[in-house]
Amino acid sequence: MSASHDPVDPAHHGHGHGHGSRRGYWIGTLLAIVLTVLPFWLVMGNVLRDPQVTAILIVAMALVQIVVHVVSFLHLDTRSEGGWTLLAFLFTVVVVFILIGGSVWIMFHLNTNMMPMSGPSAAMG
Amino acid sequence: MAENTLIKTIFGRLTLESLPIHEPILVGTFIVVALLGLTIVGAITRYKLWGYLWSEWFTSVDHKRIGVMYMVFGIVMLLRGFSDALMMRAQQAISFGANQGYLPSHHYDQVFTAHGTIMIFFVAIPLVVGLVNFVMPLQIGARDVAFPFLNNLSFWLTVSGGMLVMLSLFVGEFARTGWLGYAPLSELAYSPDTGVDYYLWSLQIAGVGTTLSAINMVATIIKMRAPGMTMMKMPVFCWTALCSNVLAVAIFPILTAAFLLLLLDRYVGTNFFTNDLGGSPMMYWNMVWAWGHPEVYVLVLPAFGIFSEITSTFTGKRLFGYSSMVYATVVITILSFLVWLHHFFTMGAGPSVNSFFGIATMVISIPTGAKVFNWLFTMYRGDIRFELPMMWTIAFMLTFVIGGMTGVLLAIPPADFVLHNSVFLVAHFHNTIIGGVVFGLFAGMVYWFPKAFGFKMDPFWGKVAFWGWTVGFWVAWGPMYVAGLMGTTRRVHHFDDPTLQPWFVVAAIGAVIILVGILGFIMSIVVGIRNRDKLADTTGDPWDGRTLEWSTTSPPPQYNFAFTPVIHDLDAWYDMKSRGYHRPEEGFRPIHMPRNTASGVILSGLAFVFGFAMIWYIWWLAALAFAGLVVVSIGHTFNFHRDYFIPAEDVARTEHARQPLPAGA
Amino acid sequence: MPASRCRQVREMSTQGHSAATTIADRDTWHLAEEDDHGHDHSGGATYIGFWIYLMSDALIFASLFAMFGVVSTSYAGGPAPREIFELPLVALNTALLLASSITFGEAMPHMEAGRVGPTRIWLALTGLLGAAFVCVELYEFSNLIAEGAGPQRSAFLSAFFALVGTHGAHVTVGLIWIVVSLVQMSRHGLSEDMKRRVMCLSMFWHFLDIIWIGVFTFVYLWGVLR
Repeated sequence: MSASHDPVDPAHHGHGHGHGSRRGYWIGTLLAIVLTVLPFWLVMGNVLRDPQVTAILIVAMALVQIVVHVVSFLHLDTRSEGGWTLLAFLFTVVVVFILIGGSVWIMFHLNTNMMPMSGPSAAMG
Repeated sequence: MAENTLIKTIFGRLTLESLPIHEPILVGTFIVVALLGLTIVGAITRYKLWGYLWSEWFTSVDHKRIGVMYMVFGIVMLLRGFSDALMMRAQQAISFGANQGYLPSHHYDQVFTAHGTIMIFFVAIPLVVGLVNFVMPLQIGARDVAFPFLNNLSFWLTVSGGMLVMLSLFVGEFARTGWLGYAPLSELAYSPDTGVDYYLWSLQIAGVGTTLSAINMVATIIKMRAPGMTMMKMPVFCWTALCSNVLAVAIFPILTAAFLLLLLDRYVGTNFFTNDLGGSPMMYWNMVWAWGHPEVYVLVLPAFGIFSEITSTFTGKRLFGYSSMVYATVVITILSFLVWLHHFFTMGAGPSVNSFFGIATMVISIPTGAKVFNWLFTMYRGDIRFELPMMWTIAFMLTFVIGGMTGVLLAIPPADFVLHNSVFLVAHFHNTIIGGVVFGLFAGMVYWFPKAFGFKMDPFWGKVAFWGWTVGFWVAWGPMYVAGLMGTTRRVHHFDDPTLQPWFVVAAIGAVIILVGILGFIMSIVVGIRNRDKLADTTGDPWDGRTLEWSTTSPPPQYNFAFTPVIHDLDAWYDMKSRGYHRPEEGFRPIHMPRNTASGVILSGLAFVFGFAMIWYIWWLAALAFAGLVVVSIGHTFNFHRDYFIPAEDVARTEHARQPLPAGA
Repeated sequence: MPASRCRQVREMSTQGHSAATTIADRDTWHLAEEDDHGHDHSGGATYIGFWIYLMSDALIFASLFAMFGVVSTSYAGGPAPREIFELPLVALNTALLLASSITFGEAMPHMEAGRVGPTRIWLALTGLLGAAFVCVELYEFSNLIAEGAGPQRSAFLSAFFALVGTHGAHVTVGLIWIVVSLVQMSRHGLSEDMKRRVMCLSMFWHFLDIIWIGVFTFVYLWGVLR
């Protein structure tokens, strides 16, 4: 992330939170637009005809766009707040993956092993 | 007809039948509570203390005041939660064969649900939060927490939730689902009355308070340490406070979401956890335990921190293996996210899932063991003073370790298949929570009481409390381990097998011994107050402590430190004492302080009304209260005059009134 | 009592640097000059504090995503995503929200420079775009409910409404916050307090756009692909 060109505001002495540059901001904006239009186009236009590949691609683009937002718009970097914002962010990402991944893994196994209430026999309602 | 509709609109589903006028136990309880309440309110009015309470305590944003209020609240709720325990022990001691006991299952179920809910959410959490609140800012050399107003709000939100639970005793009924409110039992179809709604709303409100408090503590530790206090020069108690609150910030949102979804099921008719239309009741279990397991580490980590402080103070040595203590704490924090399924091994996730979580559960005992070794190595060749805090520490080490071992036993899925939901399990978690968290809290309260109030607790009654709890715990729970291994199920209000009765009778005796311990604790405060001149702490450092809080007076001045201290080493106060530190006598400057605020009390009061109205389906009142919450919150942001300065002369006067340190200090 | 030996010391950073080397004198026990942050009594902790709050909010959404993930195919004989999601409408909504993030980004340099007028204009524009987003979403929800695809119909729909609805509720809170900020800016200009608050609002707003990336990808696009 390019260094800040803004004059250091005296009231912000040493706070260390990010103020990005205009250039970084515009790159981020452009990337965000592209990474939004592309997945919609792929799905709405049935461009690849392979739903699984499309699904993987749009997830990849979503993850990239999230990074773009976090870096360009939220100005997350290694210096902000002495590295604490980055640490908090990474910790949260890890917990999110454990929570969602763990839950889906556990629930998939539970559903497979236990009597079906609905799902495949969804017609019963 | 029109009248009926009008009454229903005004009162929702609240009717005269909601009052338990036909239940003698509840009527009796109400009379006692009402008399007690009137006496207290009457005394406060008679001695004209309302103004004092309002301006010095209720609206205070001082972390020390808020910390004390948390402790008072937690201890009061302990008495309620323990009454539930006595009721259960009494019932289970006599209810065999033809004898159905005195408590029908309809009430017994509410008692064990209330017991667990209160003990975790309104005793353990407030006591831990209160202790962290009081001690941590002093230990890091700060004047307050990062967000003092939020601190006040967090306290009152917790009280608001607690009051809703207490209200359920007399208006309506409480949940009968156990303290976690498992679906589908907690769904509308199977629990249509107010019970689960009381549970959900009170915990949602309190949960917001806990989350905000956790954010506050983390930000404080990150940003407000005194100059020179790097992370690795911070007292171990602050490290455990940091990790505990990081955990809390991470997990309370999960509980909030789970409760939100259950509330939606109950109020809107959605199908998250219902049995039909695609609902997944097990997902509730999954979410609630994803919260529940890390939660016990939220509680026990600060207890570990307390023991670290006490062990080094009362052996006169630096804590052994500071770095490994820090690493162990962080590892426990991370691992605690990877074990939650062990609470429902038996629900059919299969061998691969069960093995992963079983192994992870066993692994988490390793860093905990490392901590125990560090405490032992600290004590080795130390000059141990067997004062009360140290006694609690030793009792903890013996008690908690056994509880941990039974945990490792339960971590093995095949063993758990036998022991899940038996009283062995109940004994295990009481072993770790009482032996770990409760003993830690008592140790911490005895240790820091003089700092907060200027005099020690009475030592004789303190020992009564200690022995009551230590002996009582084993007499109460030893039999439960045995009965559990024999196959006794938990949450049962009547037994057919008479051979189990001796175990439950002994357990009931144990509960009475614990009661002696609790009364001893109350007495140690009361007698301490009576003898406070004899037990006074005149130096601010009654135990020859090693951390910064002991450099202040007892109690500390409102601003904590006249000058922000500069830190050079671990055990900062010990460093200062041993290298000829002298307190400055002049050069005091005005000190910037936050003002008191009534917003916390008001918002929490509105939250209480909102919760009550939602529980009873009084929609107009709920809408009004909600609107009030929004308006007051926004209004509060328009208040830009939130601070003031303590004049330098006042600071000077307070500092000059301090006793000089003993020679050689 | 010997006189105090306080020395003048520059304010030390407490952010994890090895301050032992920057402190000139191991016998310096106190800061003589206190750097007062004026009205910012939180000692500069507002940003990290709000950031941590956002992380906790991210975990609420993660829980809702997890719930959605678990029941995303539990249609209970009711409508499936393909039958009820109108991707053009979702694309419009996504564009509105992304545009509002961009307009907020336009406001920030003006805010940092203390230019109240332009800040308020860009902020108001952000609010309008955000309001349009919420209106489109309410329109979508009411249509779904009208055609029998309301939150009670199936677990899938319950999870859909909860996740997307919670996001919409957060946007609504953001809108209220924007209005309050506009009012407060007209009274107090861009004081230090106001700047801090608008900074937090900016973080909040961008955070919601990030959550929306997850929503449109995993809920709408994946739903239609399934």
